[in-house]
Amino acid sequence: MAQTFQNPEPKDYKNDVAVRWCPGCGDHAVLNVLHKAMAELGVPPHMIAVVSGIGCSSRLPYYMNTYGFHTIHGRGGAIATGVKVANPQLTVWQISGDGDCLAIGGNHFIHEVRRNVDLNLLLLNNKIYGLTKGQFSPTSDRGCISKSSPYGTTEDPFIPAELVFGARGTFFARGIDVELKINQEIMVEGARHKGCSVIEILQNCMIFNNGIHNRITDKAVRANRTIHLVHGEKMLFGKNRDMGLVQEGFGLKAVRLDDGDYTIDDVLIHDAHCQDNFLHQQLAMMDGTNLPVALGVIRDVDAPSYETDVTVQMRKIQVKHRYRNLRDMILDGDTWERK
Amino acid sequence: MLGKTNVKFRQSIVVRFSGDSGDGMQLAGNIFSSVSAEMGEIISTFPDYPAEVRAPQGSLSGVSGFQVHIGHGVHTPGDECDVLVAMNPAALKQNVQFLNKNGVAIVDIDSFKEIDLKKAKFTTDNPYKEIGLKTQIVEVPMTSMVKAALEDSGMDFKSQMKCRNMFALGLICWLFNMPLSSARRFLQHKFGNKPAVFDANCKVLQGGYDYGHNIHASVSKYRIETEDMRPGIYVDVNGNKATAWGLILASEKSGRPLYLGSYPITPATDILHELAKRRDLGVKACQMEDEIAGICSAIGAAYAGSLAVTSTSGPGLSLKSEAMGLAVMSELPLVIIDVQRGGPSTGMPTKTEQTDLMQALYGRSGECPLVVVAASSPTDCFHMAFEAARIAIEHMTPVILMTDAFIANGSSAWRVPEVGDYPEIHPNFVPEDKEATWHPYSRNEELVRYWSFPGVEGKMHRVGGLERDYDTGVISNSPENHERMVKTRAQKIANVANHIPLLEVKSEHEGCDTIIIGWGGTYGHIYTAYEHLNHAGKHIDFAQFNYINPLPRNTREVLTKYKTVIVAELNSGQFATYLQSQIPELNIKRINKVQGQPFLVNEIEEGITKIMEGK
Repeated sequence: MAQTFQNPEPKDYKNDVAVRWCPGCGDHAVLNVLHKAMAELGVPPHMIAVVSGIGCSSRLPYYMNTYGFHTIHGRGGAIATGVKVANPQLTVWQISGDGDCLAIGGNHFIHEVRRNVDLNLLLLNNKIYGLTKGQFSPTSDRGCISKSSPYGTTEDPFIPAELVFGARGTFFARGIDVELKINQEIMVEGARHKGCSVIEILQNCMIFNNGIHNRITDKAVRANRTIHLVHGEKMLFGKNRDMGLVQEGFGLKAVRLDDGDYTIDDVLIHDAHCQDNFLHQQLAMMDGTNLPVALGVIRDVDAPSYETDVTVQMRKIQVKHRYRNLRDMILDGDTWERK
Repeated sequence: MLGKTNVKFRQSIVVRFSGDSGDGMQLAGNIFSSVSAEMGEIISTFPDYPAEVRAPQGSLSGVSGFQVHIGHGVHTPGDECDVLVAMNPAALKQNVQFLNKNGVAIVDIDSFKEIDLKKAKFTTDNPYKEIGLKTQIVEVPMTSMVKAALEDSGMDFKSQMKCRNMFALGLICWLFNMPLSSARRFLQHKFGNKPAVFDANCKVLQGGYDYGHNIHASVSKYRIETEDMRPGIYVDVNGNKATAWGLILASEKSGRPLYLGSYPITPATDILHELAKRRDLGVKACQMEDEIAGICSAIGAAYAGSLAVTSTSGPGLSLKSEAMGLAVMSELPLVIIDVQRGGPSTGMPTKTEQTDLMQALYGRSGECPLVVVAASSPTDCFHMAFEAARIAIEHMTPVILMTDAFIANGSSAWRVPEVGDYPEIHPNFVPEDKEATWHPYSRNEELVRYWSFPGVEGKMHRVGGLERDYDTGVISNSPENHERMVKTRAQKIANVANHIPLLEVKSEHEGCDTIIIGWGGTYGHIYTAYEHLNHAGKHIDFAQFNYINPLPRNTREVLTKYKTVIVAELNSGQFATYLQSQIPELNIKRINKVQGQPFLVNEIEEGITKIMEGK
């Protein structure tokens, strides 16, 4: 962990550049929470690099008083990897959207997760292309009507969590743009996790996909259609926390605790640190139909991080060879002298 | 560096087939020499039979060999071999003495089991180390592939193994560009009355050829002897290794840690291999998921303060184009190495060409100038890699270093630089007196942006691919500002001309009105042609370009003195076209070859003679 500095405040991470997202865009809330999460973490701004690709969300680095690099479409993950490997002391955030991360940048995404580079990846998922004005994205639901799919899409979407598990991810958390507290919690936990932390935030695009997440985010239904998972705590949800998740057969089941069939003792306790990801996958795949959409840190397990192992291996080899420079190394091989 | 050196090179190759006396090495060697002769090569052969006609299988006394020397000016079977085929450990042990230290050993790794090692009286489980074999070793599972090829033939194992020599021959034919059709004809002659045996041999022959094709097997047919007579410590290097080493020295001289982001691609992969080994010198070489991630991770490392490099060949350079644009726009130091091969597309991956020049100069969206340099020989790869890194760091720009398959795989004796032979490299950090007015796009008098990176206190800033305001560094869509920035980026690259050597002309006679010029890896051939012609009384001057964009400051002054400027290059005229666009008044004639092969000296001589005689 990099050094901390005295009494950090959100404003220390914020600059005075005018924020250009549309009024009401979910990105505003995410940005504010990120400033707060950074203050809570207390890493000095000069030790933070925020890297993004292209898209609405990728403009975020401009609004940070940290180092920032607004790069090219889809490549944020590869560039962030280079930043972190070059200087492992830095805290590196990658800001991406569903198009940037899962379409054009899909390859880099699965590989940064697989390598477990110590990055904090905010994946802002609004299921649409905003900057290019309203085409379907790889997370758009089948049948999505957009400018480039006027009759509806004929393809299934990616579910980001599934890709993360498929790439053997070590950290996955989910939030929704309006749940500020949960978002701060998952950003902080993600940053503390040593490895590639994928933090998906379901986010609303006012202009091109307004209300896409309403089915679960609407205040009237949110308590019943989402569950906030916390490691070591019972999996309870509902306005009065009177519903819970239990295991039934090979799967999960949502039950009421007030009608006598189930008691609190039947409800599962969340274990985000379990190496086996079977249950984490089940939780992450809950879609709000029969089972509530899981928010919070779903998976957070220890594993070697790429840049640490590169550095450790390098030090070990250097101790063994003790070359001071290139010349030493060459002279250690097959040479001859001409006088 | 090459100015005072004399280059000679050998265009011949010695191949030694060795195996058990029952392995058919004589037949493989004979067919190879016959095929070579048919292809117009001059050959000299040397069969090396064992004293005993059938010594125990796999034993040292049972080793049989056949040496073939092919090429131009061949008068002997050769003292040392460049390629040694060893079908078993005994053959390797007996013949390693003949293998020159830049050679390649090709072994049937299936026949290197414990029992085989024992028969050949090896005492450890590392046969290579035990006999001091330090050259490149290609381990080929010949036995198992022959078995697989003949699975449906109905032959027993022993008969199958009699075809193993043809696998080796097929592989050698691939390496030396020999058509299988003539090898088949020789087999037809030998096995014509045994169709099953003929078919089996042909199948295995093809198998060996295809294997070479599939693994992009290649050996350098050339040794480019740079006659550097200075006293010092010498080592043998090929161009790719020299490139890697030049970058390491630049890292030491600049104090910037070296990062390589790369993706395997023939013929550039050996740069990745060498730098991956050099974790012992603190190099971080990362094999990424694709070419794009290779350059992008390097851009990330540059942004974080490293000397960042990506290595590739033509198709990979295409994939990196967009990211190069980002590096130009965010004005970050970056070295891109393009080891050119036959193109376009997959083309001829193991063959050499100079066909990527236009792509390197112009192959990006927008007006996107960067520095392009080229290396002239295996040892010059060291120098130009250092130069590429120096220019990148001191001028905050991507630099493309162009080498090619010929010099990348060709090797030469190289004098290890002494401490002090190379200058310090000075990164363009923010000077103290500029601290107060600094912004991320503020520049020195040469228009070079100051470099600050994450981890430095008080310099937090944002960069990226969007256009910036010249005066403030803030994103800008202003039309006038954009044009000013386009011109600024171009002028920054043009200013590099003040920091590179002048073009040097080689001249044996005063008052020549014709000059032959080349660029990059054709140096050795053109130089030799220039010498021959002058000795034969055809007076001509010679200059080789290593700095392509910008051109050396004196280029116009030097070249406009000549009535005729002849450009020889391994493409259809890319440098000639570029040069004409830079200096329209030149009278340029062209000598071109696009065959995936280096020039032959006499091709250049004939080309020049024709032009000089006005034909």
